[in-house]
Amino acid sequence: MKHLDEYRDAHLVRRILEDLKHRVTRPWVIMEICGGQTHSIVRHGLDQLLPQGIELVHGPGCPVCVTALELIDKAQAIAARPEVIFASYGDMLRVPGSGRDLFAVRAAGGDVRVVYSPLDAVRLAQENPGRQVVFFAIGFETTAPANVMSVLQARALGLRNYSVLVSHVCVPPAMHAILGSPHNRVQGFLAAGHVCTVMGYHEYEPIAARYRVPIVVTGFEPLDLVQGIRLTVEQLESGRAEVENAYTRAVTRQGNAAAQQVIGQVFEVCDRNWRGIGRIPASGWRLRREYADFDAELRFEVQALRSEESPLCIAGQILQGLRRPADCAVFGGECTPEHPLGATMVSSEGACAAYYRYGRGA
Amino acid sequence: MCLAVPGKIMEIYDREGLRMGRLDFGGVMREACLTYVPEARLGDYGIVHVGFVLNLLSEAEAQATLETLRQIVDFDEGQPAAGESA
Repeated sequence: MKHLDEYRDAHLVRRILEDLKHRVTRPWVIMEICGGQTHSIVRHGLDQLLPQGIELVHGPGCPVCVTALELIDKAQAIAARPEVIFASYGDMLRVPGSGRDLFAVRAAGGDVRVVYSPLDAVRLAQENPGRQVVFFAIGFETTAPANVMSVLQARALGLRNYSVLVSHVCVPPAMHAILGSPHNRVQGFLAAGHVCTVMGYHEYEPIAARYRVPIVVTGFEPLDLVQGIRLTVEQLESGRAEVENAYTRAVTRQGNAAAQQVIGQVFEVCDRNWRGIGRIPASGWRLRREYADFDAELRFEVQALRSEESPLCIAGQILQGLRRPADCAVFGGECTPEHPLGATMVSSEGACAAYYRYGRGA
Repeated sequence: MCLAVPGKIMEIYDREGLRMGRLDFGGVMREACLTYVPEARLGDYGIVHVGFVLNLLSEAEAQATLETLRQIVDFDEGQPAAGESA
């Protein structure tokens, strides 16, 4: 497949990492923000090919992992209602809430369906006029253009039985939270390429300047990743802290202006609780008041739920790059992808799931 | 979640007011919404996430990146790593 295969040249990857070895004079800690990159790094074994001293830590860029526990519980409560068809991206179904997951809700008779695109959920609403279709609109900036367009399309089609449970989060506030922590170890970032496809990378320039960290926009294929790592290390070694773009075929500085305009029309900035991390001010998006008709939280009154996290799970520290999956006492034992205690063991982007699947266990 | 894959636009049409396309993902055909890439033409490659094309891929930039990467290795060819396979 064009635009993929060229970036999987194992020989070139090894040679570039070999070249990098000669340029590293001291240890550096680099965080890849995006969980999709974590999986690609571990799957292709790049973590094991890196020059000694370069440590990659895994960031919070996994929406399934950071969606607040209380929203998972709320999703389950809504999905259990008899009039509701609850539509979700597949990754969310196994995420543990306080008590159970969406699969368990389905097993108990809830109508929970996996969709590929939010437009599929809109179609479900068209095809089921007697039912309420609720779409679980989770994600980072990458997913926002699709999620907001489903709301606009439902309005354009006059659908009164479509609503969204919004749990949107944004990358830059999370970077501020990580860099502002007294425990921070991260010295450079691989910025998430597909987030930047939508948003561009001008938002990262003040972060690079304020915290003196290099930030390199990076793609997902092995060559993209080694190029991102190489540019980050070169900056670190030469004492620079700039925003660079290693994913120029897909990302421009300004991003997709049309998508940003529609996101701003439908969403507004809000505080968000990040699972395992806590509340981060102005770190997410919610529906604007003009779209309150489509807000599932307002449409379905959900009683105050008592949310409770597993006391054994250290996902929060893993998502901030403070600890690694193998540091966890229950990794691979009590906690596996089949019986996850925390969301990082569930998602196809969770760091624990990647370590488990590709044998980087304790 | 933020995985997005490149696909080639093979067909463009309207559906219920939205500009849509059929894209070829290495032999697998899927529909995606083109509303955020009004400049898209047949034969362009788009980067697709949850049924939406987020951006078109730049052929010129793709070539430039690959060229840069190959130059790093060419420059270093004084010490070829024998026995490696691609």
